[in-house]
Amino acid sequence: MHEHDVIVVGAGGAGLRAAIAAQEAGADAAIVSKLHPVRSHTGAAEGGINAALREADSWEDHAYDTMKGSDYLGDAPAVEALCKGSPEEVITLEHWGMPFSREEDGRVSQRPFGGLSFPRTTYAGAETGHQMLHAMYEQVVKRGITVYDEWHVMDLAVTDEEDPEDRTCYGVVAYDIASGEISGFRANDGVILATGGMGQVYDHTTNAVANTGDGVAMAYRAGVPMEDMEFIQFHPTTLPSTGVLISEGVRGEGGILYNAEGERFMFEHGYANNAGELASRDVVSRAELTEVNEGRGIEDEYVHLDMRHLGEERIIDRLENILHLAEDFEGADGLTEPMPVKPGQHYGMGGVETNEHGETCISGLYAVGECACASVHGANRLGGNALPELIVFGKRAGRHAAGDDLGEAEIPTGKTGEYEMADYEFETELGELGGTSPAAADGGAVVTDPETVLSAAVQRAEAYVEELMDRRGRNHAEIRSAVQKTMTQHVNVFREEPGLKQALEDIQEAREAYKDVAVSDPSRTYNTDLIHTMETRNLLDIAEALTMGALARKEFRGAHWRKENQIRDDEEWLKHTMVSWNDGEPELWYKPVILEGENKTYEPKVRSY
Amino acid sequence: MSTQVPEQPEESTESAAETETQIPSKGDARREEKRRRAAERRAQKQAEEAERAAADEDTIELKVFRYDPEVEGKQEPRFDTFHVPFTKGMTVLDALMYARDTYDSSLTFRHSCRQAICGSDAMFVNGSQKLACKTQISELQEPIRVEPLPHAEVTKDLVIEMEHFYEQMHAVEPYFQTNELPDGELEEQRQSRENREKIKMSTRCIWCSACMSSCNIAAGDNEYLGPAAINKAYRFAMDEREGEDIKQKRLEIIEQEHGVWRCQTQFSCTEVCPKDIPLTEHIQELKREAVKNNLKFW
Ligand SMILES: Cc1cc2nc3c(=O)[nH]c(=O)nc-3n(C[C@H](O)[C@H](O)[C@H](O)COP(=O)(O)OP(=O)(O)OC[C@H]3O[C@@H](n4cnc5c(N)ncnc54)[C@H](O)[C@@H]3O)c2cc1C
Ligand code: SF4
Ligand code: FES
Repeated sequence: MHEHDVIVVGAGGAGLRAAIAAQEAGADAAIVSKLHPVRSHTGAAEGGINAALREADSWEDHAYDTMKGSDYLGDAPAVEALCKGSPEEVITLEHWGMPFSREEDGRVSQRPFGGLSFPRTTYAGAETGHQMLHAMYEQVVKRGITVYDEWHVMDLAVTDEEDPEDRTCYGVVAYDIASGEISGFRANDGVILATGGMGQVYDHTTNAVANTGDGVAMAYRAGVPMEDMEFIQFHPTTLPSTGVLISEGVRGEGGILYNAEGERFMFEHGYANNAGELASRDVVSRAELTEVNEGRGIEDEYVHLDMRHLGEERIIDRLENILHLAEDFEGADGLTEPMPVKPGQHYGMGGVETNEHGETCISGLYAVGECACASVHGANRLGGNALPELIVFGKRAGRHAAGDDLGEAEIPTGKTGEYEMADYEFETELGELGGTSPAAADGGAVVTDPETVLSAAVQRAEAYVEELMDRRGRNHAEIRSAVQKTMTQHVNVFREEPGLKQALEDIQEAREAYKDVAVSDPSRTYNTDLIHTMETRNLLDIAEALTMGALARKEFRGAHWRKENQIRDDEEWLKHTMVSWNDGEPELWYKPVILEGENKTYEPKVRSY
Repeated sequence: MSTQVPEQPEESTESAAETETQIPSKGDARREEKRRRAAERRAQKQAEEAERAAADEDTIELKVFRYDPEVEGKQEPRFDTFHVPFTKGMTVLDALMYARDTYDSSLTFRHSCRQAICGSDAMFVNGSQKLACKTQISELQEPIRVEPLPHAEVTKDLVIEMEHFYEQMHAVEPYFQTNELPDGELEEQRQSRENREKIKMSTRCIWCSACMSSCNIAAGDNEYLGPAAINKAYRFAMDEREGEDIKQKRLEIIEQEHGVWRCQTQFSCTEVCPKDIPLTEHIQELKREAVKNNLKFW
């Protein structure tokens, strides 16, 4: 067993920042991560970090833009914490040596980004995330913070009181990928989840293979609700074979979208007569899919993004990295042919419910970064707002876990504030089907001794692995791919009732199949078959909760579009979707959005630009 | 909503210090070279595609190295052959994933981002160090031989022990150090565009260890810092924000017995680096800096 004051799960931008903050606040912090830190997907971010750094800008303007972008589903206390904290955090990164792009006078550059009223996006070339991740990992090395890398966290050690709000988290259980050893990690002061996105719920995504939403699923099964999971941002220009993102820059420079008939469909089919290719991400994504669905796609799958008319000179000057991406990952030469593109899952706005300090309703358990939902992005994330979230909330949670006083939080967690139960009847059976649950409550007397809670969790994990290894049965890959397919088909940018219901049925079928899942690689050494099998279980829980929210929410808000009601319905739906595991019988409920900020209330306005 | 993201124009200002290295207008030369290589590759690709169509080949043959210290039958290293249906744009990583998910779920390799940024999947493909996710199948001769990176201990199949590489990276104090932080809390340190441009390539390293694997010197001297670690030292030593005293300390580190002087300028690291980092040039420049600083020779 290992023991530290603060255990951080995950080593992307959010986890690294949390560990550094906890250590600076005097705690012995350690990081447990299934990937070595520099392999984390934060490295893939290209665009930039929003921060109101300049005289002419203000955190208030940033907060206003963010609330508007969120389609009024962001919680003002979290949004304001983000916007107030970001400038200091960005400057801290600069002081840690991060090589930002610079102005003539040597100060860090900022550029305009969609949905922002001021050019406040700080960046480092087209590799902002890479530079940010490495600058922070360097600080972790400098400070000698312990990193357990290639340890896959399987479960949380949480007490099992009836109400999740009464439970406490005492640590985590992790599996050493290299050796197959299972070990408990006792956290004296807190566990911080920073496990990143869940893009692998879809079969086409800009997210990494490791982005399987583990933290969200673990917290969920331990009793923390998932919040606003149905809000998924899709990016309209990703390469069909891998999901690699082709940035908006191509369209910004004048790139044109064509269908199989050579029509400039954004105009010719009237999707966006003014903005054309520059319409918002969701509009362009829906337009592309409509083209494909109506038979005007290329190979029934994608459309073309053409930049040849910009000329070789300009392309090489401004979009050289795009040429490399298209060539390396799609085998397409952007100078001589149009590039194939289609919409892909990009970002999950929802996640583990937290308050503005990163705390969940389980005491001692925190979540930060893409896996968390504070919520700063609400129904739609503005480009450049995820990276500042990592550093602002990473730091807040790290400090709080280490005992720093951040004041009283304003956002209630769990069922401690105002809430209402959903009156939606799901036709499909949901949740656990009597399969193996690493976090299944056993119904006995409540155990509260930390050591006992942790060792029980270790034993459960050992039994689970043993069972998966011993059993004969199906491979996880087909189950994973079935879930990904149905999600991509039915829970994408187009959502309508029959499809969503179908998806829930398919997920249930996949759960059924998962009951016979088995690992065929008998080795304890670097068994990725086993790791992927464990991840697949997490994908099932997430896909289900996400689809439940999408089915119940009959309105069009931010990234969530429903055919049956294509308008934003503030009367009925100005509220957060919550899904609780409820010991295996998922339940849907809602809590109000907080629109009251420090000095003002954000009145919902039409989200037009 | 306008989601337009104007791309920053390529920052191509050459720094004074770089001109000192007496390779005039290197940026232009590099771009020219890139263009030429791209044209060559295009021609080659077209020829190959024609050939492929003629042979009506739609599956590819992979020969993959297998080893597992624990599993009977895999303790002796061997090669397994997989036939994978070819699709346009397919990379070596795609092919491996297909083989694993379709034929043998115990086939083991590191991978995550699929976009050449996480540095997980450097392998030995047809005899050279490559990132599997960044290597198009269409550019390779068949059968495609996929092996773990040479000169490292094999953990299992294509997975190698990375600990030694990480240790070397950590050995050069790979973190920013300065005594010159501005007073104002929200004030950044200034850095000229030229200086940022100078360190730009060196900051692109993704810790894939392809360079280390390709290096003869590193193969013979286990303590040699290796190209990536020296490049990391370069990244900080050349950053004007660090200040002279710290630069001095950095030069001492890379000047040690197993440091820059071991490099015999064979360029193998530069050739394999998937991020196009001019490693050998960086090492050479550090040597010159060290001499300039009148530090002692080993
Ligand atoms: C292509 C792309 C471009 C983007 N561009 C931008 C941009 O320009 N600006 C912006 O603001 N945002 C951008 N985003 C979004 C942003 O990059 C991500 O939301 C953010 O980096 C996520 O960081 P994270 O620290 O939460 O997670 P990650 O960086 O994904 O890290 C997750 C960590 O958790 C670990 N982990 C996961 N599961 C487990 C487990 N079971 N056990 C142990 N460890 C585990 C992993 O090893 C990893 O270290 C982009 C995203 C993508 C995909
Ligand atoms: S220098 Fe290049 S080859 Fe070496 S580790 Fe870095 S990215 Fe890989
Ligand atoms: S999978 Fe990340 S570099 Fe290839």
